[in-house]
Amino acid sequence: MSDMQTNAAASPAGAVIVADSLTKRYGKAVAVDNISFALRKGEVFGLLGPNGAGKTTTILMLLGLTDISAGKVSVLGFDPARAPLKVKQRVGYLPDSVGFYDYLTAVENLAYTAKLMGLSLAERTQRIGDALLRVRLADVAHKRVATYSRGMRQRLGLAEILVKQAEIAILDEPTSGLDPQATLEFLQLIAELKAAGTTVMLSSHLLDQVQRVCDRVALFQAGRIVMMGTVAELAVQVLGAGFVVEVEAEGIGIARRLSTISGVTSVETVAADRFRMTAERDVRADAASAVVAVNGALRKLSVDEPSLEAIYARTFQPKSPGGVRDAA
Amino acid sequence: MLAPSSRNLRGASAMRREGSPFQGLGTVFVKELSDNISSVRMLVLELLILLTALAALYGAIDSLRQTTAEDPFLLLRLFTLAHEPLPSFVAILGFLIPLMAIGLGFDSVNSEHSRRTLSRILAQPIYRDALLMGKFLAGLTTLAVNLAALWLMVIGLGLIFLGVPPGGDEIARSLVFLVIAIFYAGVWLAMAMLLSILFRSPATAALVALGVWLFLTVLWPMLAPAFAQVIAPPDMRYTALGLDSPDTALWTQFLLRISPNELFGEAMQAILSPQTRTLGAVFLEQLRGAVMGAPLPLSESVMIAWPQTVGLIAGTIVLFVAGYVVFQRQEVRA
Repeated sequence: MSDMQTNAAASPAGAVIVADSLTKRYGKAVAVDNISFALRKGEVFGLLGPNGAGKTTTILMLLGLTDISAGKVSVLGFDPARAPLKVKQRVGYLPDSVGFYDYLTAVENLAYTAKLMGLSLAERTQRIGDALLRVRLADVAHKRVATYSRGMRQRLGLAEILVKQAEIAILDEPTSGLDPQATLEFLQLIAELKAAGTTVMLSSHLLDQVQRVCDRVALFQAGRIVMMGTVAELAVQVLGAGFVVEVEAEGIGIARRLSTISGVTSVETVAADRFRMTAERDVRADAASAVVAVNGALRKLSVDEPSLEAIYARTFQPKSPGGVRDAA
Repeated sequence: MLAPSSRNLRGASAMRREGSPFQGLGTVFVKELSDNISSVRMLVLELLILLTALAALYGAIDSLRQTTAEDPFLLLRLFTLAHEPLPSFVAILGFLIPLMAIGLGFDSVNSEHSRRTLSRILAQPIYRDALLMGKFLAGLTTLAVNLAALWLMVIGLGLIFLGVPPGGDEIARSLVFLVIAIFYAGVWLAMAMLLSILFRSPATAALVALGVWLFLTVLWPMLAPAFAQVIAPPDMRYTALGLDSPDTALWTQFLLRISPNELFGEAMQAILSPQTRTLGAVFLEQLRGAVMGAPLPLSESVMIAWPQTVGLIAGTIVLFVAGYVVFQRQEVRA
């Protein structure tokens, strides 16, 4: 699903967020330990990791909402510690389980933050109307937020980012606690943000969502980024291969033939007529021609895309043995 | 984030932050003010003060009409006259203004935490300074509006029931009363806000604030003399004559003045009772040439109340700054 951009290192020239050996200490405890990353304009970047791994702290440092102990950050060319107002003028933030003033309506809530953004009355009215329409809350715009469901609140939070017309949207656990339908709707909205050219940074511990919307992900563990790249790249790193292709075909010497395809790391014979190959790329076309080449009868050809779930499980296994070569 | 004061002191330092700390102050102020004024809590407190104040005024008017002497300060008597069993209007205000200020301030910051709105608001292009300052000024304005309304009510009732137009001096004195009352409210508002920053739970903050209020208004006046006797034991020569020892009396007064309640009461006495020549111990030279019971001019009364007034203003500022420093260093996340 994610479009596979393979150039791993972002060039700092086109980057909108650059963090360089960023560190946050609380007393002796290190919450964020010497992390570096760069976000390209227009990409969706996922921060992934268990609770307490330092994702939210990283986000707060990017917004200048907490002090930086060491290292450097630049957001849209500004230092959030020194020019937080300029950063916050152009970056939208949806906090983890966002809250609103319950006794005010959605429009009143947005009007307050829009005023803080310094928008004029005409501009406010226009942008709030548009934003509520886009997050599909226009028909409840004048209801008090107390009556809103969790999913509606999250969408209202996103509306605030739309009102700001933020160049970067930072979403902290945007879909945790939402039901599947609401999650789906919210992911759709994130995709729309991306389509509109907004750079999105989102943190999550819900893997399939991250995989669904993110171009690149960074895996956090105990304050460090242990791995960063596209899902496919991580799969190659962690699982040894990204793709698992299943072939169901009858014929002689199919297994041997399949293993000669370039990019295939192993072929496993599951049954007499079923083979499971692990590969660094989608090798279905090659597999089909290989079967045909040995005059085999091809009955089924399927591919499992690399799953973050597996990568995550492998990475955060307690004290996993060093070898990660065995596939699937 | 660096406080603006230290920013100015160390202008050239590397951590200098850009942009005005007052950006968004007006927006926060207007929003908080409208919240304060429309809240049910405020309405209840207003009704409470209004009813007790009306009762006190009724008592004062009643006794004034019976004694209608040629008192040149009839209007001021409305403020200070106590008619058993009710205390005077000023005494009631001294007791209830703190309650009102605590009611406004005890959850001003921690409710933003518990509602999870704080990080969302601070992600807007404003500094924390603007949020805290806006909340404080909105609270103080709410209290000022209420006190001004009460002040107008006293003047109006005085005109209707006593039928004597107040003189310029009386109006000026009652205006000074209004200003001092606002700063008295400011002390308690700043304290309630400090507690709302220190304690994450509004209930804890409210209980601690009410505890401090009860301690300073009810218990401290009883405890201060006891402490004074421990610090400066009474002199036998004075007790034999049935007099207070000067040292003990001075210590008592010193300790009492820790309470803003006492400062407010003394300032009110000086301003609203023009014949007050001194607060506390009287020295002989202060009485030289004095005509006992003759009223002082306003400027002299203000001079007498000045230390108390400055004490209230300083208390407001110190408590606000304490809250400000804690708030700047606090983590945003819940």
